[in-house]
Amino acid sequence: MTVQVLYFAWLRERIGLGREDVTTDAATVADLIVELRAREDRYDLAFSDMTAVRCAVDQTLVDLDAPLDGVREVAFFPPMTGG
Amino acid sequence: MTGLRIIVTEDDFDLGAEAARLEAGPDTGAVVTFTGRVRDVGGGLQQMQIEHYPGMTERALTDIAKQAATRWSLSGVTVIHRFGHLAPGARIMMVGTASRHRAAAFEAASFLMDYLKSRAPFWKKEVTANGSTWVASRDEDEAALDRWN
Repeated sequence: MTVQVLYFAWLRERIGLGREDVTTDAATVADLIVELRAREDRYDLAFSDMTAVRCAVDQTLVDLDAPLDGVREVAFFPPMTGG
Repeated sequence: MTGLRIIVTEDDFDLGAEAARLEAGPDTGAVVTFTGRVRDVGGGLQQMQIEHYPGMTERALTDIAKQAATRWSLSGVTVIHRFGHLAPGARIMMVGTASRHRAAAFEAASFLMDYLKSRAPFWKKEVTANGSTWVASRDEDEAALDRWN
């Protein structure tokens, strides 16, 4: 399946792009991260400290073990700093 | 029935007009507004850049406002949050609540701020002459959510 993957804040800067289409067989968000990290150093670096990464699937916050079945959009970002 | 007003914008907003809008209900006895501004703590801040997640931002703010309207008896809830490049002193955001009595208005405004801080997809970057730094989230902000559970 193909999902649109979005990156925000310093994750976007480290990876060097804001969004991309990713074709994957990953079952969960965590599996997708493993695939992305294996691609290139910039991905590996961006995901090296997972305590600093949050995730949303289809614009809803989820844990990393969330399933990807039927998901169209996955976003990775640091902890939010609104207000 | 609570009137929800959720705005995500690059533009500044009129605090007085927003407060007046919340006062409009005939049985509104209390209006609380909170405004967040760009502060320059260390000196030398040139700009604050605020990034957000279009689509999810509006959803998250609407969800937070609906939760507040469920927990307290409110005639109005306003949440306005800016993004883009803001100068020191600029308004970043506001929350406003209107109710019959002050306790609900104060508590709901506090609830909205606590959730907005760490559950709405905004990220701040401070730009100085020496470079730029992403603002780190604070453990206190995450811990603040516990008192509402």
